[in-house]
Amino acid sequence: MNIIDELIFHSPALIVAIPLLGAFLTPLISKINDKLRNGFVIFIVLLTSAIVLLLANDIYSVCGKIHTYVFGGTQTITEGGFAIRILFEVDGLNIFMALIATILAIAGVIYSWAFMKENTGLDKYYTLYLLMIAGMFGMILTGDMFNFFVFLEISSIASCALIAFWTNKGKAVDAGFKYIVISATGALFILFAVAILYGQYNALNMAVLASKIQFSFLDKIALVLLISGLAMKAGIVPMHMWLPDAYGRAPSSVTLILIGVTQASLYGALRMIFTVYGGNLTNTLNQIGDINIDLNLLLGIFIVGLSLLTIFIGVLMALKENNFKRMIAFAAVAEIGYMILAIGSALTTAFSTTDTTTGVMALKGGIFHILNDALDVGLLFLVAGAVYYATKETSLNSLGGLARNMKYTTIFFLIGLLAVSGMPPMNGFASKLIIYQSTYQVNPILAIVAILCSILLLAVFVKVFHSAFLGPKLPKFDEVKEVPKSMLLAMGIIAVIIIFIGLFPDLVLNNIVQPAVNALTDHTNYISNVIGGIQP
Amino acid sequence: MIEIQDFLRTLGTDSGFWNPLVWGIIIIIAFLVVYIIRGYGKKEYKKQTEQTKVFLSGNPELEKEEMHVKASNIYWGFMESFKWLYSGLDKMHTGNVSDYILWFVVIMGVFFIILGVI
Amino acid sequence: MIYNIPYIAVVALILIGLYAVIFKRNLIKIVIGITLIESGVNLFLITLAFRKDSVAPIYRGSGSPLMSLPVPHALTLTSIVIGVAVLALMLSLVVHIYRHYGTLDSRKIGGEEE
Repeated sequence: MNIIDELIFHSPALIVAIPLLGAFLTPLISKINDKLRNGFVIFIVLLTSAIVLLLANDIYSVCGKIHTYVFGGTQTITEGGFAIRILFEVDGLNIFMALIATILAIAGVIYSWAFMKENTGLDKYYTLYLLMIAGMFGMILTGDMFNFFVFLEISSIASCALIAFWTNKGKAVDAGFKYIVISATGALFILFAVAILYGQYNALNMAVLASKIQFSFLDKIALVLLISGLAMKAGIVPMHMWLPDAYGRAPSSVTLILIGVTQASLYGALRMIFTVYGGNLTNTLNQIGDINIDLNLLLGIFIVGLSLLTIFIGVLMALKENNFKRMIAFAAVAEIGYMILAIGSALTTAFSTTDTTTGVMALKGGIFHILNDALDVGLLFLVAGAVYYATKETSLNSLGGLARNMKYTTIFFLIGLLAVSGMPPMNGFASKLIIYQSTYQVNPILAIVAILCSILLLAVFVKVFHSAFLGPKLPKFDEVKEVPKSMLLAMGIIAVIIIFIGLFPDLVLNNIVQPAVNALTDHTNYISNVIGGIQP
Repeated sequence: MIEIQDFLRTLGTDSGFWNPLVWGIIIIIAFLVVYIIRGYGKKEYKKQTEQTKVFLSGNPELEKEEMHVKASNIYWGFMESFKWLYSGLDKMHTGNVSDYILWFVVIMGVFFIILGVI
Repeated sequence: MIYNIPYIAVVALILIGLYAVIFKRNLIKIVIGITLIESGVNLFLITLAFRKDSVAPIYRGSGSPLMSLPVPHALTLTSIVIGVAVLALMLSLVVHIYRHYGTLDSRKIGGEEE
């Protein structure tokens, strides 16, 4: 085996280990030189993304291939049939989330070269940044429940310290405190659920648990705790209120990776529902008249109800705000509502025997929207950071007429505006079209609410565009210049990817999203890769 | 592998037709038509006279700082008519971390009752 | 019945911790509440490992042939270390907040006004 095959074989461990090693070497290197440290951090992130791309190439080559990596051994189960080692199991959905995390990490590191240049304590900043990236990758790639909890705590501790980075302002430290209280409580309840499942089945591995689980009373308690804890970390109304505080008061490059951590928690909820409890999703719980109430129908209706609330409250609160970054954070809450809407409506119909194409189409739209939303909201936060860097103002009431001095930033904001509100030809339109069409067939009211709130999102961002960029030239902004080139490069990378996905949506849909949807609906493949020979 | 025809396919939805390249060509043709019609111009247009000044319904033009509509005043009509909604929403977003955990416990309780009873 | 007392203690600890986080206004009391929840979850993990008439899983040749499970012991150690790190971070943030605002009342800080 040559070097490339060895790299692909060990890649799940390398993807987590290289940022971790880089994080602990950064304080040593920063004692030598500052530019050397910046270059070292970018080198580590580029190396990690190269390995992610190699692994993605390997997984997409064969349909339904899963790459399993056992830590410290060669077999997944011992001779007695026990799975005792920690596994990383990478299938189509995991590598999809890893691709999103890679793009966000590259853009974030390039952006923070120039954005954080005048701050002190930058060696601690880059250390925590690489730790956050390592925690995010670990949460995405793991196949073990307790390992998921450990990486969740790593990323939340590193994120909290970075949110409170500007310690001279009281509000940022307060936002960090609120974030760590919310994260610690949610993670402790997730650990409680993992302990309940371990006590019943003597297994911590996700695949072994999925094959053994029967839906007893204690399993119902564990399901409720898992979904509530992960939904609070993902920012679903009414547990969303930490999101505007944390996203709005942190530095912009930190907010970009925070978006990745939030999406990874949403991925965790999907993995729990579809794979760990996958065999029980068609259990009949009760019977009213001649309608069987299955578990997937109940979960689907609950999730769709929460999603309608999320979309409404996200958009209504965004219309009222006057702080630039808080407004974009509320729009991010509304976009998570769209993903949950598609997944909930897919749960109600994907397992029925009469009509199977609607559910799969809704699932495709939801998963595609995860990719689009991370890029769009990320670009908007970078633009907000650029405006703050140039003018040192955060409130929209005191901005105006910036388009004359900052041409490139205005163009990037225009691209982000069209993409978030679902206007053609950007990528937001492609995924939102699929969501509208598939949720219309579940219930017409859902599609009406989704289209209405899309238009209201356009209203929100047109308000920002007018009051910040258009208008006459204000005399106090005379010497505002364009932002430095590294920030423009980071925004440019994300904008180019947005336009590419917008112009060729079918290419991305068939090659990247379709394997992820196949991995979600087919949990027996996930189980049989570890145990082998599972009876369906 | 990825061929050139993969780049040109329409989006694979059940109904409806969305092909970005066809749409792009239509937009370019429409833009050219509009541009040519605009290029004909009007006969009564004379430069450097009263016709090129800003018209503000007879009001005098103030200095630049006060001419710009501020962000909190743009959607004034919408905000006024929905004051009953926003007073309730504002009281919900207090900024107090204990209330955040209270909502978490409420949702957990609702979910317990739904799974337990039904 | 006597073997159910640790589980009752776990539920009591978690409920008291949740009460302290939700209904108390002092920031230090909120931090203490989170520590109580964490203690409850750690106690639950340890209780799952116990079997009747078992010894600690350290030496193989000791008296009783039954040993309690070693895996939850490892999970609890990891969880205690994570809890210490979170507690240290929360307390240092509380020190910073007190230096800025001069008060520890959670209703007076955290608004959006300057």
